[in-house]
Amino acid sequence: MTQNSSVIEVSGLHKTYAPGFDALKGVSLEINQGEIFALLGPNGAGKTTLINIICGIVDKTSGAIRINGHDNVLDFRKARSQIGLVPQELSTEIFESVEATVSFSRGLFGKPPNPDHIEKVLKTLALWDKRKDIIMTLSGGMKKRVAIAKALAHEPKILFLDEPTAGVDVGLRQAMWEFVGQLREEGVTIILTTHYIEEAEQIADRIGVINHGEIILVEDKHKLMRELGKKQLIIELDIELTHIPDDLRRYNLVFGASGSELIYNYDTQASQTGITSLLGELGTAGIRFHDVKTKQSSLEDIFVGLVK
Amino acid sequence: MNWYGVRAIYTFEMARWGRTLFQSIVAPVISTSLYFIVFGAAIGSRITEIDGVSYGAFIVPGLIMLSLLTESISNASFGIYFPRYSGSIYEILSAPISFAEATIGYVGAAATKSVIVGLVIFATAHLFVDVHVMHPQWMLLFLILTAVTFSMFGFILGIWADNWEKLSIVPTLIITPLAFLGGSFYSIKMLPEFWQTVSLFNPVVYLISGFRWAFYENADVNVGFSLGMTVIFLLTCITIVYWIFKTGYRLRS
Repeated sequence: MTQNSSVIEVSGLHKTYAPGFDALKGVSLEINQGEIFALLGPNGAGKTTLINIICGIVDKTSGAIRINGHDNVLDFRKARSQIGLVPQELSTEIFESVEATVSFSRGLFGKPPNPDHIEKVLKTLALWDKRKDIIMTLSGGMKKRVAIAKALAHEPKILFLDEPTAGVDVGLRQAMWEFVGQLREEGVTIILTTHYIEEAEQIADRIGVINHGEIILVEDKHKLMRELGKKQLIIELDIELTHIPDDLRRYNLVFGASGSELIYNYDTQASQTGITSLLGELGTAGIRFHDVKTKQSSLEDIFVGLVK
Repeated sequence: MNWYGVRAIYTFEMARWGRTLFQSIVAPVISTSLYFIVFGAAIGSRITEIDGVSYGAFIVPGLIMLSLLTESISNASFGIYFPRYSGSIYEILSAPISFAEATIGYVGAAATKSVIVGLVIFATAHLFVDVHVMHPQWMLLFLILTAVTFSMFGFILGIWADNWEKLSIVPTLIITPLAFLGGSFYSIKMLPEFWQTVSLFNPVVYLISGFRWAFYENADVNVGFSLGMTVIFLLTCITIVYWIFKTGYRLRS
């Protein structure tokens, strides 16, 4: 398998729930081998439905899904055996021990017992000391780790993380992303959904945005930030202006928090950003300033702009 | 065939039962002992023999069958209903395991548990009455066939039920009455002719009759017919389970 070859191919996927609600409207998507793909979208956009259909939990209405070339319905054994899923909330037998539930997951996916692998997974997730503990006695963060351990028990090539950091503290969140990075190093393809867009910005290779059941954008993260990200020049004036002088209108300046702060939006990809001429014209107009700073719009700003 | 998956489900279910083993074994033993005391001692003193068998010994197959039916249904229905209720069914649905394999795991475990309970009751009966089994192989055949059939029925119930009330309503309002009216404690030949005919519409009659024949070689209906009816009921359950999995009824949205 070469880098950038597709491990998941979704084409023309439709899902209509019983009352006639179209959750997915012809979704087509390719996930590349070894990448971290962040699927973003507001609540009810269709993220979990898409993941659940790929994993076999929800039936599709029409369309096709192939996992490393295997149809996820006709050749479900080969397709599903490659996938691990961490659902939003851990749902398992709460009276079982950590070790038992993780071993159960391995067996369920058709793998022979392998205590060494289970030990490795539990140690990596800092669960080894808790392996004999009953799940109902664990904290919420520990239960999240158990959910990940269960998904990794059968050594999947593809890992779905559905809101993995929702409701967990900062320390665990950082530890989880470090772990995700390790998995990527091992060649695991990771698809995650998250509401913490700064996390996607930090960790993902590619970003997909879904809204109202449609994929509205799939792009390399850096390219996305470059193309859709705005850059702002913020100029702190010595005096407060009541209006923008007519000579400066072509710069489309706007006031910031007050009349003493001017904001200029510019395109970093343009041959001329206009910054030099703007600053010169401010001096010509007798408008003095004492500070200049720049600000890059975040992925969150881009996301809000896309789904608005 | 995903045998590791089948084994995972089977051992998981058996482990769940094992956590409450004392309760699982002791409860049926106590209730069976009470039946022997109430029916065997109190009523048995007035009905001395049925078809040449002492009343206490006569009710043994019925009592085993009564427990076998209720245990099979409750074990299998709870086994599949609880993952649906808790949401952990996602793991079964997303695993590379066919519905037939999942059914073997759940139904196999439920049937095993109820066969064990049946054998414990059989052993308990020896404390109260003198029991001889004339056809042990037939006894085991009926025991296993009934356990599998009603575990399958319980499995269907656990998928159909969408709340706890529905889960308990079928065993309480349908199965228990059918078992009591199916000749657990009497021969249907003791009923007026009209009620004998009505009883023949009760599938449990065939189970108990066949099972009792294995013990004492006397039966309300022909043993081959009993076996045939049991197999028909099993095939009906298999057909329903096949349809459930084919359509994803109550499992997949």
